[in-house]
Amino acid sequence: MTDWLGPAEWQAVALSLKVSLWAIGLSLPIGILAAYALARWDFPGKQLLNGIIHLPLILPPVVTGYLLLLSFGRRGPVGSFLYEWFGLIFAFRWTGAALAASIMAFPLMVRSIRLAVESVDPKLEQAAATLGAPRLWVFFTVTLPLILPGVIAGAILGFAKAMGEFGATITFVSNIPGQTQTLPSAIYTFLQVPGGETQAMRLVLVSVTVAMGALAISEILARRAAKRVSGA
Amino acid sequence: MSLTVDITHPLAGFDLNVAFEAPEGVTALFGRSGAGKTTVINAVSGLLKPQQGRILLGGETLFDAKARVNLPIHRRRLGYVFQDGRLFPHMSVRQNMMYGRRFAPRGASGPGLEEVADLLGLTAMLDRRPGALSGGEKQRVAIGRALLSWPRMLLMDEPLAALDAARKEEILPYLERLRDRAGLPILYVSHSMAEVARLATSVVVLEAGQVVRSGPAEQVLSDPALVHQIGLREAGALLPATVARHHDDGLTELSVSGGRLFLPHLDMAPGSHTRVRILAQDVMLALEPPNGISALNILRGEIVTLREGSGPGAIVQLQSGEDKLLSRITRRSAQALHLSPGQRIYAVIKSVAIARGDIGAG
Repeated sequence: MTDWLGPAEWQAVALSLKVSLWAIGLSLPIGILAAYALARWDFPGKQLLNGIIHLPLILPPVVTGYLLLLSFGRRGPVGSFLYEWFGLIFAFRWTGAALAASIMAFPLMVRSIRLAVESVDPKLEQAAATLGAPRLWVFFTVTLPLILPGVIAGAILGFAKAMGEFGATITFVSNIPGQTQTLPSAIYTFLQVPGGETQAMRLVLVSVTVAMGALAISEILARRAAKRVSGA
Repeated sequence: MSLTVDITHPLAGFDLNVAFEAPEGVTALFGRSGAGKTTVINAVSGLLKPQQGRILLGGETLFDAKARVNLPIHRRRLGYVFQDGRLFPHMSVRQNMMYGRRFAPRGASGPGLEEVADLLGLTAMLDRRPGALSGGEKQRVAIGRALLSWPRMLLMDEPLAALDAARKEEILPYLERLRDRAGLPILYVSHSMAEVARLATSVVVLEAGQVVRSGPAEQVLSDPALVHQIGLREAGALLPATVARHHDDGLTELSVSGGRLFLPHLDMAPGSHTRVRILAQDVMLALEPPNGISALNILRGEIVTLREGSGPGAIVQLQSGEDKLLSRITRRSAQALHLSPGQRIYAVIKSVAIARGDIGAG
């Protein structure tokens, strides 16, 4: 595969995979929590939270990227805090690409998981409580296994979105080869130079393959989980 | 261990305001749909927080509005059997049944999986998924699951209501065995007098959120004042009985405090105790010992009360031996016979009235 792809192209593919896996891996637990909270709890500011989560879906990606730059940049309020306390830098780093990807993928993930949570009968959770199970135990033994198909679907959907994220990423972390040049950025770059079409086309093929593969895996996993959950 | 409930809670249309004591045995919460039965059992389980009052179990406070005590559901240790089973679809029958075990406190003891599976006839299906079970089997698993969490008490909310008659008949014997063996109090919500008569040792009658009457099942069911709540066709007395002997012609003779009853062969050893239910509508009254009549079962008694309603009917309560019987007759007959309290009377019971399904071991 490395022979077929040039080093620059390979770098972009590897970086995109790394960025997307980190983005989804870290935001999935938060996404599950947010989806559960939106589906099951009543709290002040629920609609506001719902709106904020969905904002990246409706804003132009460039705007989301710019807002990220303003807040998570080295001089941004959040960015400077994270740098001073944890030494974390987002601007113009692959970590920033992962942050942008996770923010953009988050609403898709939450929507899918929230639907799954809403389809779980709260009466089952009540039954578990009457048997002596504390809330967290109920969540991990009853709710989570039952929403697993939705969680898988949400994660894969988010992963595909993260792999394809372009606008917010390029605005927030620019397009530095080996550092922040993800697959879409690389395709964009190759298209800007004369004779780059073949390289771009190879990356397009990779991108289509990864997307189709992710979809197939999610179908298989979700079907398997659904079968387990249906109790047949 | 007994349960004390004294709560007030607003419901749509009326206020629930109930106070009763549930001793050991099966206490039936009886009433029509919407009378507040499920609200009461949910309050006991902790699924619902009443506005006022308190709930005690064997001296421990589960809920006390004034003292701001509200024990969380999972710490109450009450096995709840829901009307709709609520089995975990992603777990096997075995996993469902053992779900609550790990939460039983150290030092607690109770029946094991094998014993419960055996009691409920589930041994062959432990590795199946709930989706592959029939409605009756699901309810049995739900009962087993509650039992195996080693609860201090069982709460059952119409556990048979969603089942057809055949499935009910399949589960009732298990419930009877449970009552007679498990030795833990059961609060049993039902709107079916047939179930109540068969299972209950005490009865609490609810109407529009109020306790109309509560007490031992035999007393409550033979109270003529409750005929309206119980329903004309369902009203009837419960009598403790002992199997006297089996006759060659296929009849079984039972002795009750007021005499003897004959009914189609019962599969019970002589000397065993049972309970018979005699519906008020199946009891005719005669002033003299009747002659030339096909009915086998005639008990002598004395009229205790005579209640006439607004309709053409009347309810007569009789004392027969130590037991009370109810008879539903027409007002016209009551006047024609000049019935009055204290009068000696003969109760003619059609033997078919004592159906096998109405007999509970106990």
